[in-house]
Amino acid sequence: MFGLNKRDFSLLLIVAFLALAAPFILNPFPEGSAMAQFNAGYPDLMQRLVIFGIFAIGFNILFGLTGYLSFGHAAFLGVGSYAAIWMMKLLTMNVIPAIIVSVLIAGLFSLLVGWISLRRSGIYFSILTLAFAQMSYALAYSVLTPITGGETGLQPKYTDARILDAALEPGQQPRANLFGVEMNDGFELVMGNWVFTFNAGYYIAAVVMLIAFYLSIRIFRSPFGMMLRAVKSNQQRMNFTGLNSKPYTLAAFVISGMYAGLAGGLLVAMDTQVGAERMFWTASGEVVLMTILGGAGTLIGPVLGAGFIKYMENIVSKINETILEQWFAFMPDWLGDFMVAIIYPFIGKGWHLTLGLIFMLVVIFLPGGLVEGGQRIGRMFKRKQPQDNTPDASKTPAE
Amino acid sequence: MDAIVIQILNGLDKGSAYALIALGLTLIFGTLGVVNFAHGALFMIGAFCAVTFSKFLNLSHIVIDETRKDFLGNPLKVEVPYIYDFFGQATGDAIIDWAVPLSIIFAIPVMIAIGFIMERGLIKHFYKRPHADQILVTFGLAIVLQEVIKYYYGANPIPTPAPAAFAGSFDFGAMLGFDPNQIIYPYWRLVYFAFAAVIIGAVFAFLQFTTFGMVVRAGMADRETVGLLGIDIDKRFTIMFGIAAAVAGLAGVMYAPINSPNYHMGMDFLVLSFVVVVVGGMGSLPGAVLAGFLLGILESFASMAVVLETLPGINQIIIYLVAIIILLTRPRGLMGRKGVMEE
Repeated sequence: MFGLNKRDFSLLLIVAFLALAAPFILNPFPEGSAMAQFNAGYPDLMQRLVIFGIFAIGFNILFGLTGYLSFGHAAFLGVGSYAAIWMMKLLTMNVIPAIIVSVLIAGLFSLLVGWISLRRSGIYFSILTLAFAQMSYALAYSVLTPITGGETGLQPKYTDARILDAALEPGQQPRANLFGVEMNDGFELVMGNWVFTFNAGYYIAAVVMLIAFYLSIRIFRSPFGMMLRAVKSNQQRMNFTGLNSKPYTLAAFVISGMYAGLAGGLLVAMDTQVGAERMFWTASGEVVLMTILGGAGTLIGPVLGAGFIKYMENIVSKINETILEQWFAFMPDWLGDFMVAIIYPFIGKGWHLTLGLIFMLVVIFLPGGLVEGGQRIGRMFKRKQPQDNTPDASKTPAE
Repeated sequence: MDAIVIQILNGLDKGSAYALIALGLTLIFGTLGVVNFAHGALFMIGAFCAVTFSKFLNLSHIVIDETRKDFLGNPLKVEVPYIYDFFGQATGDAIIDWAVPLSIIFAIPVMIAIGFIMERGLIKHFYKRPHADQILVTFGLAIVLQEVIKYYYGANPIPTPAPAAFAGSFDFGAMLGFDPNQIIYPYWRLVYFAFAAVIIGAVFAFLQFTTFGMVVRAGMADRETVGLLGIDIDKRFTIMFGIAAAVAGLAGVMYAPINSPNYHMGMDFLVLSFVVVVVGGMGSLPGAVLAGFLLGILESFASMAVVLETLPGINQIIIYLVAIIILLTRPRGLMGRKGVMEE
């Protein structure tokens, strides 16, 4: 179906089901219960989960397939965001032109950066992309203030000349929409104690994510994807056979830059604002973390990694000392205090510590990321069955 | 002329920090072949060694002073640092005042120990893994170290003053024969530069004039052959890792008065230091030092008002711009050796 084999199609179906039923799946705990803080089913977080999923899927096309480790992908996200916000300021608050233009501009920018950076490989490539991203960040923050808004960033205002839209009342806040459906439109479904939020913006982002995911499966399974894997396993040998690898790596770089631009455009579509810190190198580092954590070179890994990190960022960081004390209230005082003292550094503001530790453990013991972990657990349960040795991308960890 | 001299001087302190960090990075890379993204964290830990040491010196106990009364008429409670009990008040005050330079003594064993633990505990297992994995695991380690420091010391910068003798600035231009009051330069930055020069000289002398250094250099050139000669080169490389960690740590200790230590200072310096290493040439120690000072000075020239008028914002991007140009025109960097990190 759709040019996919059975296995990939079922994977796509699973992802589609997870994405479309996310408001239910992410809200497993009834409202008002002690566990309700683990609910991730609110629009803002759900949107971020899928948007950063797109970002990581795109990064994976470059890093997972070719092995080129870019430390500057946030620049493309940022450029896409700026392009989208300018479309919203100048043309219309409809998100379609904003997203299309953000993809195109990010593609052009990544063509330029990739054309220069891909002349080197290995760590030099990482440093070059990092240098370009840091330059973009510094420029957006200082000299390009007329275009980027500098420290304050950009937001659409009612005074902007939107050619296609009707003029707004003074003071009226322009809202991003898709042919009249506003991004924060939605309804709440109340079932007993449970409240499920369905949000238009989330579903638009989720559909885009599914298309992006489908495209990445096609790229993985195509002869082009095979070429990219050849670059990763032995570029020299590939050159000796008379193939020029540069067009392939450059194409991969531009595609992943366009994915980043798409994510940037969607971010703007959801919250209609952008700031330069979106391009800082820590943001580039974050997408590296997401991809490796989930499993570089696998199809589903980056989505899982992005979901995992964004969930941690929003949920684990909210747990504070009082909540911890409530959890351990049933224990004797001294034991409860002891538990709180042990766990406290790892939650709340310290969630980065947990993230760093998990990331190190994954790199050390599970080079294939969470996906490989899942496969190992799966193998433990069905060890007695004969192993099938069909070559499969999802089983080759990144190297 | 004054303007040029002052920009060179301004570039020296940052350049010294870049050069010291890049030197350590190159030592690790040249010996062990590991790309260490946690090196900035070592720099930061060094700065926090100074913080810890001065806190330690200021540990006090409460003494009830019968001669003075507080506003309720009770005897006044005075906090007296323990150090007064050992050395008397005058010496104690002097020691507290000199906390930053003295913490070098404290930082060296701590940093060497951290270096040993890092190398034996973690990095040893990554020699045979690809460079990308080494980058990633040390990147994770850097996050962990940074967060641990943040947990214990908080997110705010902690002011760590230089000794009173070196506080403030002086008229450096008059000493060099320029017009008075044109070139005012802080004492501590000059001290930092001198310190960096001593450390760099010591590292080079150690590698050049000792037997140990000779073996290490031989190992850098051809590890396998040195191993075949019956020398335990791994052990020496571990020691070099400790020394590299100590160099980064000392750079951090002495940098504490220039920039109050905070938990993310390591990462800020790391990104630039990597650029410095690449510009200098991967694996070349003189290249790292040269590029460190060069880029530091270039950065301060780019932030001159005259330059900024013609090329606004150039001070923010000059280092990256230079790195891009150098990487594209001289792929091995300024002084890179042949065959190092060439894929």
